[in-house]
Amino acid sequence: MYSSKIREILARHSRLDLDFQALDETTDLYATGLTSLTTVNIMLAIEDEFDIEFPDSKLNRMTFQSIESLVEVVEELVA
Amino acid sequence: MAMQSNSGMPSKDFQNLLDRVHEVGRETVAVFADDVDEKARFPKESFEVFKAEKWLSCYVPQELGGMNMTIKQVCTMCEVLGGYCASTAMIFAMHQIQVACIANHCGDSEYFNQFLRDLVDKQYLLASATTEIGVGGDLRTSQCALQVDGDSFQIEKQAPVISYAKAADAIMVTCRRNENSNPGDQVQVLVFAKDYTLDQLADWDTMGFRGTCSEGFVLKGSGDVSQVQPAPFGEILEQTMHPVAHLTWSSLWLGLAQDAVKRARVTVSGIARKDPGVTPISAYRLTEVDEQLYLMRSGLYQAIDEYQEKLDLQDASAFQDFAYAIRVNNVKLRSSEMLVDIISKSLFIVGISGYKNNSKNSLCRHIRDAYGAAIMVNNDRIRGHNATMHIALRNR
Repeated sequence: MYSSKIREILARHSRLDLDFQALDETTDLYATGLTSLTTVNIMLAIEDEFDIEFPDSKLNRMTFQSIESLVEVVEELVA
Repeated sequence: MAMQSNSGMPSKDFQNLLDRVHEVGRETVAVFADDVDEKARFPKESFEVFKAEKWLSCYVPQELGGMNMTIKQVCTMCEVLGGYCASTAMIFAMHQIQVACIANHCGDSEYFNQFLRDLVDKQYLLASATTEIGVGGDLRTSQCALQVDGDSFQIEKQAPVISYAKAADAIMVTCRRNENSNPGDQVQVLVFAKDYTLDQLADWDTMGFRGTCSEGFVLKGSGDVSQVQPAPFGEILEQTMHPVAHLTWSSLWLGLAQDAVKRARVTVSGIARKDPGVTPISAYRLTEVDEQLYLMRSGLYQAIDEYQEKLDLQDASAFQDFAYAIRVNNVKLRSSEMLVDIISKSLFIVGISGYKNNSKNSLCRHIRDAYGAAIMVNNDRIRGHNATMHIALRNR
């Protein structure tokens, strides 16, 4: 259920010209062009959207690697 | 992908080696440093000795015939060499960065394991073509791409800078995986001198680091697809190229700073000896500059230890957090700017004999080299990355 919202946020903030609704959830986002700046914007938008806070331990490449990894972390933080 | 971590050259052997590095520093590196600087030429005499001593393979693991050094030991070599000639030390450091990119990430690749054995045997000098014209200084974006045809590839890259390209035996080129890849989908490919041409685009007539011969070229090369590093470039950059670059560069800058302070110290004891019992003002100045040197050294040594700890964990995720990337950048930012300050202060202590080009205590080449540290890679670009990451961090 978080997947759809996360895909919307990626579409809005990633500055990448991709169809995020159709993108495979395991696709490596860094290979598609995610940068440290866009990662931060996405992170802030996700925090606002789900009213969560990313702890420092989750502020790494693994979290932002793919739609799948983002969904996993959000599920963990919302719980 | 599991990372390689060398256990290190035994301590006593390493101490003996350092004595030899100092000897070579005095008898060869320092002897040719002025000519290398004046002519902006490659320090070939020093590299002939380095190759004879097999120092180009010092980071290659023992099982492949190398000296098995830790990063800390490699950094110490850079520090020692930096005290004799910053350009020579910088070339040595840049070569070691490329060796580390291969050694840390080649995994089970038969091709690259054999290449490392060949490097030990033939003492290949490795250069790097990472930046690209039209991209700015962003390392995580490439325009050029491998043109793959079956088992072979061709590559053409417009590189604003390929340091010591003409002296190198092989060049590691960063590029897109293939013509359909996104700009961030990058690989590193090894190309050999016999398989590439270099058409010069830009010369290298600079204030300092003149011996690094960091000219710009159009590189046109070819090879077999086995020459492409298996690990994605993003991983290599994050886990090895970025930290090892900042740590080896900062080490040689520390060596350069230490040599400047040594010349200041010699001057101060000379003055004190003329009026024993009175502490000259210049001794207070020396104290101040030594405080700065202490800070520069401490920050660097702490970062080297941290990197070695992470390597020993052999866990790739240890390198992926923003806080660590910020610290790795801090080392380069602080070292490069303190370097100019330390050498300037030393120059004021040494005085006129430091200001003269042809004196025993000259600091002319030191100060000229020092400014290069903050300009290549531009510090404000690096600060930009840190600034972005700081927005996201809460605790440090």
